[in-house]
Amino acid sequence: MPSTAQYLMLSGTLFTVGLIGVIVRRNMITVLMCIELMLNAVNINLIAFSHRLADLQGQVFTIFVITIAAGEAAVGLAIIIQLYRLRSTVNVDEVRTLNG
Amino acid sequence: MDGLAGNMPLLVFLVVGTLAVASSILVVAMRNPVHSALFLLLTFLCVAVLFVLKTAEFVAAVQVLVYAGGIMVLFLFVVMLINVRNLPDEKVMSGAWLGGIGVGLVLFILFATIVRAGVYADPVANTAALTTVKERILVDHPTDPNKLVRRTVTKENRNAEAVAMALYTDYLVPFEVVSLFLLVAMIGAIVIGKRELSAEEEETTPQYILERAEIEKEVKEAFSA
Repeated sequence: MPSTAQYLMLSGTLFTVGLIGVIVRRNMITVLMCIELMLNAVNINLIAFSHRLADLQGQVFTIFVITIAAGEAAVGLAIIIQLYRLRSTVNVDEVRTLNG
Repeated sequence: MDGLAGNMPLLVFLVVGTLAVASSILVVAMRNPVHSALFLLLTFLCVAVLFVLKTAEFVAAVQVLVYAGGIMVLFLFVVMLINVRNLPDEKVMSGAWLGGIGVGLVLFILFATIVRAGVYADPVANTAALTTVKERILVDHPTDPNKLVRRTVTKENRNAEAVAMALYTDYLVPFEVVSLFLLVAMIGAIVIGKRELSAEEEETTPQYILERAEIEKEVKEAFSA
């Protein structure tokens, strides 16, 4: 049986990859995908501890996190579509009206 | 049967975990968003397998249905709608790539230190609580056929049922709040994503309706004649 520590390391790795993606990538759609990746890493943590503590709380919270991720993706993608109509770009670096 | 081959769950974890990490790196590295989305799908499926290993079968099913079925379709739709080929040829990395990788490495070292120093050595976890459900049912009275008696039965290997019991009793209020959140997100996505019609488009009747009215008029005249 894989131990909790192994699961935590895996989820840490996935979270790190997602964070690097959010900072490094310029395509807005890919940035949103990387956020989903980070949320999934958190889910792995919750499930691992739910198993370790034999408590269902972790699984219930994972379901909530998945729901929030779905809503976030829907609204985020709607914003991206509207932005593309307005500016014809989905590049993070080119949308800097609020950047002063 | 000892060593790695004797420990099937660990073997599955190593293979699937490696696949998940590799495909997540490819999500970040791929230039084309369609390829990124497909590798993200692979990552989600691998994570679902990891959930099953930790006796979270129901969450694994939700993961496949919601993430792989719903969110990924949404992503692919938007990628197709935006038509990546028309975008100007851009570099994959932003100007902050060095900082990004640096922050990532520091964070990873932090995680590794915490996990190594932590008290995560597993006791022999009694995970029966994750899969058993206690239920009060009515059964026939042992002697009197006209009576029923209450019994508490324990059902085993019912992860979905156990999660449902937790969700609809202890977490009923958060559950309702989340459903309200989904409604708000849906309305928000529709309102934001809707195309604004120009004043002209709103006032003129579409061509196909005019044509249809004409055809109906002709048919009516033909019948009355």
